[in-house]
Amino acid sequence: MTKHDVAVVGIGQTKFRSKRRDVNIPEMIYEAVKMALDDAQLEPKEIDAIIIGNMDHFEGINFSELLCGIEAAPGYLKPVVKVATGGTTGSSLAICGYHNVASGIYDNVLVVGWEKLNEGGATTGIITAFDPVWERPSLAGALGPLALMAGMYSAKYGITAEQAAKVTVKNRSNAANNPFAHLQMPNITIDYVMSSQMIAYPLRLHDCCPQSEGACALIYANEQETKKITDNPAWFHAVETAHYYTFGTDDKMFDLPTATIASKKAYKKAGIKNPIKDLDVAEIYEPTSWSELSWTEGLGFCKPGEGGKLLDEGITQMSGELPVNPSGGVLSTNPIGATALVRVAEAAIQIMGRGEKRQVPDVEKALAMGFGGSLWTEIMILGKNPLR
Amino acid sequence: MTKIGKVAIVGVAQTKYEKDKIDQTYSELVFEVVKKLHNDLGITNDDVGCVITSSNDFNDGRTIANMAIQDAVGSVRKAESRVSGDGAFAFMYGAMRILSESYDTVMVVSHCKCSEVNQYLVNNTIFDPYYQRHLGLDQISSAGLMANMYMNKYGVTEEQAAKVVVKNRKNALNNPYAHLREEITIKDVLNSKMMAYPLKELDFPPFSDGAVAMLLAKEDVAKKMTETPVWFKGYGNCTDAYYLGNRNMTDLIGLELAAKEAYRMAGINKPNKNLDVCEVSENFSVHELMIYEALGLCDKGEGGKFIESGETEMNGSIPVNPSGGVLSSNPTMANGLIRVAEIALQLQGKADKRQISNAKTGLAYGMNGICSQGNCVLIFGGE
Repeated sequence: MTKHDVAVVGIGQTKFRSKRRDVNIPEMIYEAVKMALDDAQLEPKEIDAIIIGNMDHFEGINFSELLCGIEAAPGYLKPVVKVATGGTTGSSLAICGYHNVASGIYDNVLVVGWEKLNEGGATTGIITAFDPVWERPSLAGALGPLALMAGMYSAKYGITAEQAAKVTVKNRSNAANNPFAHLQMPNITIDYVMSSQMIAYPLRLHDCCPQSEGACALIYANEQETKKITDNPAWFHAVETAHYYTFGTDDKMFDLPTATIASKKAYKKAGIKNPIKDLDVAEIYEPTSWSELSWTEGLGFCKPGEGGKLLDEGITQMSGELPVNPSGGVLSTNPIGATALVRVAEAAIQIMGRGEKRQVPDVEKALAMGFGGSLWTEIMILGKNPLR
Repeated sequence: MTKIGKVAIVGVAQTKYEKDKIDQTYSELVFEVVKKLHNDLGITNDDVGCVITSSNDFNDGRTIANMAIQDAVGSVRKAESRVSGDGAFAFMYGAMRILSESYDTVMVVSHCKCSEVNQYLVNNTIFDPYYQRHLGLDQISSAGLMANMYMNKYGVTEEQAAKVVVKNRKNALNNPYAHLREEITIKDVLNSKMMAYPLKELDFPPFSDGAVAMLLAKEDVAKKMTETPVWFKGYGNCTDAYYLGNRNMTDLIGLELAAKEAYRMAGINKPNKNLDVCEVSENFSVHELMIYEALGLCDKGEGGKFIESGETEMNGSIPVNPSGGVLSSNPTMANGLIRVAEIALQLQGKADKRQISNAKTGLAYGMNGICSQGNCVLIFGGE
């Protein structure tokens, strides 16, 4: 056996904002990197390798890992690798970091996700993800397909706009407890969400995630190094990815099959039989309010079509049996290349019991989810103790 | 670093590299090599545990460029991830997924269609947007700066540099996949159009379209799938400074350290003795001379004399780029994985007319960015 157990031993994130005009890209990333290094009490020279990513087209910098890995992270004369997979970039970085340490190649790694969207344009970038001949003229960008999905989902299962609005209210209320969260709207109401501007039916402005600037940095270590660094790590129990067809017209635009495929595999590895009972908290990647309802079904938290009921019963609330997105989720904070890594960071924070006002009591097992690409899902399950 | 397990390459597939594959989209290019790999190994998509791809959004003109090849690589309902950059780095990520005991087999795929974008603009966007981009820096002008400083410091001549091109182009005659397959002379190189002093047009590679795929497997699975598994032995990855002005432009320090790390892991103490064959990503003629030095095949500043000695030719003691190298075929993002594939063919004894006899240990070098900024050195051993 050469496989190593892998733990999160250091966490850093910037305060997420819509514009960070006070810093350039490396300066912004350095805030998160420094916080993670301080958290793990490691010197830059002690880091073995750096896994860093964002989406190239959003800031218009090619091979951004060469700029950021050196100028913002301690990558000079070290291994630096870039992983980028769209919305799942953060979770793909998280999973790549896991394999770097679990394989025995490195004892520790620094994993960094970032985005500074006002340096370029997210929608301009996302549109080019779609086939220039077949898809770009009809169904491209993020909100179009997500609106279509929400429409199909609500038509199929009778989910109401009010139930969707309730998700925004839940997550943005949670965000008020998270000092790093971008949108601070503690007094948001269902009426306010439902009377906001229509963006793409049935999505209204406040059914949608914002566009944020910021970075997230995590340090992982193997079992021997973890012992030296902290007595309160968060261990990886499972990492899984499921991808789907290239073209939207081939995809099943509801039920998110990849969430079911990836989560079932991850639950099996992590010994989870009933996710609602066995998991203590979930940080999921909900780009819209409607998606959270649909994704909770795909992740097996409830039966298909019952996402609205699950929310209405209060199970996913802070005080519920399985709180979903205590951090405020993606509806409150969305620095694209960092978004899914923030899910892992927040899951680790909950396991370490360092969530302060957003802490869920007694967290032993947490789920983090990434969503992106052409309806891809990545699942990471973390626990208080190593799995073996 | 602790002792690591075993991973093997069990099969590789390449397209022919060409100037403009206008009849194929890049997902069709990828499908060609994936299908070829399946057929060669007699496997189906179900035998592939997961997929790691390498591509670059700027080269593909697509954000999330790996989204367009999901169907082609067969990663529907399956795991795929994408290393943004050179294919050698993707190989290593694939190997790690086996070493972490997460998968029994991993397919690694890399593609690039240089014909679809302006490579000078793509490379210009590597540079700092505020201070350097508008200076017109790209892979050509930076190579000129580097070559000039290196040649000036060590007294390397333009004729010596031209010898690299002549050697690699001659080797390419033996490689049916190579893009440029015609013999040229030192005079041709010296008389070609000046691009960035002291480098001329023929000191640089062409721009090519193509794709490459390979299947990696853990030890017991590999032994069942092929009689000639190629074992992963060593890996080193090292990144040099971002700003050219912060770099030592006369020596490839990043590559030197990456090679040292890979040699340490593979137990190589005399590279020019222990290695039988090298495939390196030489982005311009002088670059290959600098790579000889950084890999420790010869002493510092001796690259020019080393090419003259003929040791890196097909019949020399340490042949470099029997495939013809990047100077003959250059689908940029795929270069590193092509180097790995060519080493695998050498160690399997399947390199046909470009075969080095008795090749037992080989080195593949892939790089990211400009003038060896990101360096990935991989060592392989045959049965």
